[in-house]
Amino acid sequence: MTAASAHPDERLKETPLMRRLMIRPELGAVAGAILVLLFFAIVAGGSGMFSMLGVVTFLEVSAQLGIIAIAAAMLMIAGEFDLSVGSMIGFAGIVIAIPAAEWGWPLWLCIVIAFGVAVLVGYINGMVVIRTGLPSFIVTLASLFILRGITIGVTREMTGRTQIPGLRALVAQDWLAPIFAGRIGTGLFQWMASAGWITARSDGTPQVPGIPMSILWWLVLTVIATYVLLRTRIGNWIFASGGDAAAARNVGVPVRQVKIGLFITTALAATLFATIQSLVAGSADVLRGDQKEFEAIIASVIGGCLLTGGYGSAIGASFGALIFGTVEQGIFYTGVNTDWFKVFLGGMLLIAVMFNTYVRRKATGGR
Amino acid sequence: MTTVPVIDVRNISKHFGSVIALNEVSMAVLAGEVHCLLGDNGAGKSTLIKTLSGVHPPSAGEIVIEGKPVVFRGPRDALDHGIATVYQDLAMIPLMSVTRNFFMGREMAVIKGKGLTERFDIHRANEVAREEMAKIGIDVRDPNQAVGTLSGGERQCVAIARAVYFGAKVLILDEPTSALGVKQASVVLRYVAQARARRLGVIFITHNVHHAWAVGDKFTVLNRGRTLGTFAKGTIAREELLNMMAGGRELEELGAELEEFARVDAAKGEESPLEAGAAAERAMAETLRQEVAEDHKAAGQEQNRPH
Repeated sequence: MTAASAHPDERLKETPLMRRLMIRPELGAVAGAILVLLFFAIVAGGSGMFSMLGVVTFLEVSAQLGIIAIAAAMLMIAGEFDLSVGSMIGFAGIVIAIPAAEWGWPLWLCIVIAFGVAVLVGYINGMVVIRTGLPSFIVTLASLFILRGITIGVTREMTGRTQIPGLRALVAQDWLAPIFAGRIGTGLFQWMASAGWITARSDGTPQVPGIPMSILWWLVLTVIATYVLLRTRIGNWIFASGGDAAAARNVGVPVRQVKIGLFITTALAATLFATIQSLVAGSADVLRGDQKEFEAIIASVIGGCLLTGGYGSAIGASFGALIFGTVEQGIFYTGVNTDWFKVFLGGMLLIAVMFNTYVRRKATGGR
Repeated sequence: MTTVPVIDVRNISKHFGSVIALNEVSMAVLAGEVHCLLGDNGAGKSTLIKTLSGVHPPSAGEIVIEGKPVVFRGPRDALDHGIATVYQDLAMIPLMSVTRNFFMGREMAVIKGKGLTERFDIHRANEVAREEMAKIGIDVRDPNQAVGTLSGGERQCVAIARAVYFGAKVLILDEPTSALGVKQASVVLRYVAQARARRLGVIFITHNVHHAWAVGDKFTVLNRGRTLGTFAKGTIAREELLNMMAGGRELEELGAELEEFARVDAAKGEESPLEAGAAAERAMAETLRQEVAEDHKAAGQEQNRPH
């Protein structure tokens, strides 16, 4: 025990402001995002990256990743991983596309079914982890392969192909599709284009017809997740479940339900990602979402989540995704070979983990 | 003083497969009483408290709370019956703030609004946490600081303050002082006495007779899953308790510890064997250091010697 423990008040008063800021989990990601944006503003400022089209593009990439990163972060705070997110994206894509494009079912119904299937997949993942007591890393690694295998196998069996096109025409007629694949502010953008404020095509339509819905989903989910984590009972349970499941259970926190609920959340987020991507692209592909589970985890870790659980933030994960999207697109604009993107990614992850470990040591009193 | 025990354990047995962890254990705790549960490792202390706090259902016997027999469906159910358990190392979550730990599992106390607008009122929660900690003499400037920044004794105190605040009738403390230094242990013991003054029934599990002796009113000794009896303070000597805990086995160890008592008593203070042990360790380390230094010197001379 420390000698200072006899005078706890004196010691507690001396928490420096800097350290208090440092123990905010999202600080690293926010600082990183600012750095990355500044870097590309200097290096690629004149290349069109920061034109309306460029900005919307890298935000859209960030938004799609952000949607799954937020869910992955919440699960990680509760002390578990879901590696099946990427496969779930491919799986949800064909759950929508096969009945819609091949069998002629209404698109909205297929979307609803896909979300229902996601609940089931998430529930199974969660139950297996809880019942067997195995690390979720292993359990969901298994579901990563199983889901991807089912996706490829079923699609080839039914259609003889690995891609299912033909969604674009359906999207235009469907009432539910616009909330996933639509754009907001189309009227405003048209007006701005005709006024000459933003770039218009030769036919007078704006180059960017509106803000993609994915960006709106991203922002709304960030707000909801942050609110849930910091201002609700369930949020407290999530932190407690990841911090120490046994201690949490002893004071009556329903740890199992919390974890299963979060596995369902990640599967739902993957399905949202898949729905947006399939409807925007107009097709589904069995290989969609490959490696997205790692990107989501990287974004969460950059955003301050500890791999051991109990600590992290949804805002951080969102900024992690922003860094990711910015760099992925930015490298293209700088003219550097995009092969180098992965080097950056690995380096970024390593720095983030080292920084987080340091922060945790500070947060728990230098131990 | 009411004569109905706040918790009455009647002939509780607990079997794990072929292992009999508890064999017809009985004990009764009155409100405003510190009942120490003593026993060596493996005596069944942990099994008993896990049974009392709803983690394990008993194989036989019954638990009676304020005259009414109860069956717990889980830890939460036991909590709802007013039985709060503070575990030695599982009391707190280090990375969570003092406030969040304080309200963990009991968030309803500071929930504002209903349905979709239902939310955790963090400002009120912070206030309550700060006030309750101040009552026990711990000034938490920032209740948002992580519990990990508190000392071990303070963490135990947060857990106890939490149990008291949420209206526990029975406070079960699982070895609250065993991982602590002398000063910190005394902080916790003082707060145990405060909980008693507030008319809680306290079950204090320990294998440290000193700590039990300092605050206990009654002592129940467990050995190999059975009770060796319950003794009121003043009807038994400390050495006798220790003797019973060890169960007559390992006499050498016991003899050494009794010598320790004699020495400590002679020194008039309540100096703990922990400190005596630390001093002995320091002395040993010093001797070792000197020996090593001498070896070095000798080796140096050896090398400098001309061939």
